[in-house]
Amino acid sequence: MSKQGDRIAALKAITTERILVLDGAMGTMIQAHDLDETGFRGARFVDHPCDLKGDNDLLVLTQPALIEAIHRDFLAAGADIVTANSFNTSSISQADYKLESNVAEMAHEAARLARVAADAMTTAVKPRFVAGALGPTNKTCSISPDVSSPGFRAVNFDDLRLAYRDVAIGLIEGGSDLILIETVFDTLNAKAALFALDELFDEMALRLPVIVSATISDRSGRTLSGQTPEAFYISVNHAEPFAVGLNCSLGADQLRPYVAALADIADCLISAYPNAGLPDALGEYTETPEETAAHLGEWARAGLLNLVGGCCGTTPAHIRAIAEAVEGVPPRRPVTRAPRLWLSGLEPLEVRP
Amino acid sequence: MSLPSNFILIGERTNVAGSARFKKLIAAGEFDAALGIAREQVENGANVIDINMDDAMIEGEAAMTRFVNLIAAEPDICRVPVMLDSSKWSIIEAGLKCLQGKGIVNSISLKEGEAAFLKQARLVRRYGAAAVVMAFDENGQAGAIDHKVEIARRAVALLTRDIGFPPSDIIIDPNVFAVATGIAEHDDYGRAFIEATRRIKQEMPEVHVSGGISNVSFAFRGTNAIREAMHAVFLYHAIEAGLDMAIVNPTQLAIYEDIPPDVRERVEDVILNRRPDATERLVEIAGRYRAVSEASTPAVETWRSGDASSRLVHALVHGNDAHIVEDTEEARQTFTRALEVIEGPLMQGMSVVGDLFGAGKMFLPQVVKSARVMKKAVAHLIPFMESEREAAGERTTKGRIVLATVKGDVHDIGKNIVGIVLQCNDYEVIDLGVMVPMNKILDVARERQADIIGLSGLITPSLDEMSAVAREMERRKLSLPLLIGGATTSRVHTALKIEPGYRGPTIHVPDASKAVGVVGRLIAVDQRESYTAGVREDYVKLRAKHARDRQGAERIAIEVARANRLRLDWSQAAPPAPSFLGTRLIERFPLDEIAPLIDWTPFFRTWELAGAFPALLDDPVVGASARELFHDAQAMLARIIDERWFDARATIGFWPANAVGDDIVLYADEARVKPLATIHTLRQQMRRDDRRPNLALSDFIAPNESGIADHLGGFVVTAGAEAETIAATFAERHDDYSAILVKALADRFAEALAEALHARVRRTYWGYAPDEALDNAALIAEAYRGIRPAPGYPACPDHSEKRTLFTLLDAENTIGVRLTESFAMWPPSSVSGYYFSHQEARYFGVGKIGLDQLTDYAKRKGVSRTEALRWLPGNIEGDGEADEAA
Repeated sequence: MSKQGDRIAALKAITTERILVLDGAMGTMIQAHDLDETGFRGARFVDHPCDLKGDNDLLVLTQPALIEAIHRDFLAAGADIVTANSFNTSSISQADYKLESNVAEMAHEAARLARVAADAMTTAVKPRFVAGALGPTNKTCSISPDVSSPGFRAVNFDDLRLAYRDVAIGLIEGGSDLILIETVFDTLNAKAALFALDELFDEMALRLPVIVSATISDRSGRTLSGQTPEAFYISVNHAEPFAVGLNCSLGADQLRPYVAALADIADCLISAYPNAGLPDALGEYTETPEETAAHLGEWARAGLLNLVGGCCGTTPAHIRAIAEAVEGVPPRRPVTRAPRLWLSGLEPLEVRP
Repeated sequence: MSLPSNFILIGERTNVAGSARFKKLIAAGEFDAALGIAREQVENGANVIDINMDDAMIEGEAAMTRFVNLIAAEPDICRVPVMLDSSKWSIIEAGLKCLQGKGIVNSISLKEGEAAFLKQARLVRRYGAAAVVMAFDENGQAGAIDHKVEIARRAVALLTRDIGFPPSDIIIDPNVFAVATGIAEHDDYGRAFIEATRRIKQEMPEVHVSGGISNVSFAFRGTNAIREAMHAVFLYHAIEAGLDMAIVNPTQLAIYEDIPPDVRERVEDVILNRRPDATERLVEIAGRYRAVSEASTPAVETWRSGDASSRLVHALVHGNDAHIVEDTEEARQTFTRALEVIEGPLMQGMSVVGDLFGAGKMFLPQVVKSARVMKKAVAHLIPFMESEREAAGERTTKGRIVLATVKGDVHDIGKNIVGIVLQCNDYEVIDLGVMVPMNKILDVARERQADIIGLSGLITPSLDEMSAVAREMERRKLSLPLLIGGATTSRVHTALKIEPGYRGPTIHVPDASKAVGVVGRLIAVDQRESYTAGVREDYVKLRAKHARDRQGAERIAIEVARANRLRLDWSQAAPPAPSFLGTRLIERFPLDEIAPLIDWTPFFRTWELAGAFPALLDDPVVGASARELFHDAQAMLARIIDERWFDARATIGFWPANAVGDDIVLYADEARVKPLATIHTLRQQMRRDDRRPNLALSDFIAPNESGIADHLGGFVVTAGAEAETIAATFAERHDDYSAILVKALADRFAEALAEALHARVRRTYWGYAPDEALDNAALIAEAYRGIRPAPGYPACPDHSEKRTLFTLLDAENTIGVRLTESFAMWPPSSVSGYYFSHQEARYFGVGKIGLDQLTDYAKRKGVSRTEALRWLPGNIEGDGEADEAA
């Protein structure tokens, strides 16, 4: 069995024993370094024709030491899984920076940097894992950007499928142990990613665990494209995900009922990594590590969690507090139930016998 | 309804092969109307909708893509799953690429052999759909029972064993064929379907069975009564045999038990193939039905068939007041006392409304409509309760809340909405109205033993009044909670300026949707203490944070700011002169000229539907609610215009003007000797590291020393007091929804009138842009020359400057708009401001000013510093909220 195969087997074994801890917010950590345009460009992109400040994903090429150090900080804080810095690494999102042609290399480097950090911190009792991140891109496949033309789409399924495919190859070859399709605001985008992965896994004759994590857009408890958490689960369950969950969205206290709804029906693992509260008037996340950890510790004790971490605003201190809060708490047991035909539009439909 | 509740109805009308109307619309490219058919199916109970675009005259892939994408923008349609129906795989795949949910592919089959079948099945799985497998193999479509079952068995084995397709995602269609066609071989088709269904379900219980029902009656096209009877009988027996779902027209489902016994017997003979002459006997009876008019019966409102209590709950949840009085009366007769109707079904319905609203599944406009239904029902019951010596007031509610818009303020839409939402949640609300003096608020609260006081206000001076109420509550040693709400209020202001003055719980409530939660926690004995302690702690932190921020905020001295003023080049073109000097009254401004200029985004914000118009109407979450509200608003708008509900009028004026320092001096005539009045403006004092100037409005007027003849304009417009009277009439009729609607529309009318008038000013009255031609969007985006800033808003935040403007324009005597002691305008749907004509004039925020400017400003105005400070509560350094930098 390959090293990757061993790690996947180890990962699956650990999930039956304890709750795994994911890392926190890469963006928040990068922001704290206050890089300027020169910092983002590095030596390599000095002459690039457009501004690059703000393209956090490019930093795997221009500031690799910084990215690796952030991974190490989260690992030192107790994260079992670090996420490659590839949230916006796709030809669709990178078009904003005219970097479409660098996407494959960025994805590979993003996974490799996380791999180096994870391997350095791996011990026999605490192996560390790398999740390759596939973000939602900056376009939606189910919603028209033009109100006067609701049937119009800025991106279609095949555009997304091909874009995700390129990123996924880089992430897998760069050393990812699992794939994290995250911040899903339009389930059709996620389905395109799942389609691309399924094709790729067949071609590569391997199968990495996949986590699909949606984001709730507001108090209505639905995704931006209008689905309830249950409908979202039903819409991605064909891919037999390793875990489904929610991230970003709201603070932990507002997110809890939706995580509970997923935990109620999912026959796979549950992951959750909320923001550090809601942003204040200045757009800053102010929840302290203790506050976030108190919420997530309670979720764990209520039997809702298998994987837990933090999204916007969460620092290594948050991850440390979360890791402590869930330590020793038994993981959730996936639901076992007789197979049913589940369908979904924006809402779930169960065909009962 | 005789169908079992777990039976799945798949709507068939969005099928070009089965619906002539749908086909015509798709072929003509009228997709919007075609969407209406889909909506109709869902509204009438379809759990899934079947979409089929198979027609020689239609480009199937493109039509499927377009229709499924359009459905995705209609939450009331796409809440249900979609069945993609085509005999062409490419059309199915086009649909799969547009479907975020898990739908059903209809269909795949063994027609082309195993390889093609499994290839398509793998793709179905990869796209995440379930699949209908038609009973069709290399030998053709199965008609006989054994052949149908054998194909099912083989397909299921291939799918589950070879590619891991979950059996629960497989739906077998054993083929529904027409019976009673006159061909003997067809006679057993009905029975064959039913028996095959039974055997498939017995052998493979995890697999599902479906069928397209209307095929069975094809021989009786044109005789709908017989067709519907055949469908009902066929479904009845097939469901009993294990059928899980069927493609049907949900608007035309007859009930098995309702079919006349003689018809039912003959239909059953045909469907179950019970006697050789069954077809002839049915044809004979069908002749009678053909004679009867085929006019379709109006859609029955199924909710009307429940008992009175369930109808009341339905009416409340759906905000439907069409039958409320008769249903309330019927319910009253079934209860011993009228009060029990309130405590029973009415409270039950309102509690559902409250839960849905709390869960974000219902939105404000719907809640207000529900409240209207409730009020009408209660109004019907009150006379009975009085005769039963049960006055409404004796009923115990969850708590009693006194609401008021504070002294000097006239705005009450938000407060009224909060009152309605609280009433919906079983709180008693005592609404004291607008401009309520503090003593009245506190006296009523004491006399009526209120549990909570809620204060509302829209203009900045009201903030000061709220602080005063809080201090008075402290002086009276009260302890009941004080809630603060309204457009200019904020958590920061409450924490900094109101809460420290009162030891009782003082809480800022950002909008109506939050009010119920806050009040609930304050009323609940077990939550109150921890909740108020939490808020208090939060406010302490806010104050500490503010104290820290304050040190960071950097102001420059007013002299330095003035040195960095905007220096316009007055030597170029002379400022344009207005077409007249002095004032002019404009009456009966045509309402139909104003209406198209309405900016709808703030209208929806009033109803707490956030988002920009018109995108909001297609929002997946609030879109349906917004569309309904917009529809109601348009209907009322039409009446406002046709029946001339409002009298839109304005007074405007132009005066010779020059800047003197930061003041603008107005003169009686062009001699510019005799000053008429002085407008005092304030200057930005934030540090500027870039080239940007520290602005004051006076920068846009030619300075006195330049010797250039410049002018300033001013205006007051109003939609009139009529809206208030009309709203009061609606409220008397227990229709708060329309009351709020008319007020919200009046506000929009006043704003649109200001916009329309400004356009006339630019083109004609001042006339500096005679050729301007802008559409509505450009007007709302303010893509024109000149500005019309209003006293009390960011560029000139002092509301008290309105006094000068109103005196100049004689607004009270000419158009009946007066100022309250806090400089709010009455009637509330009024707008006032200045006109500046300079090309460079733009809107900005003064932001925080220093004490040096405050001192100077007070001196210029001839008032004390305390008095000047009173009207600038948010603008003094370290004294309010965040800066509004331009």
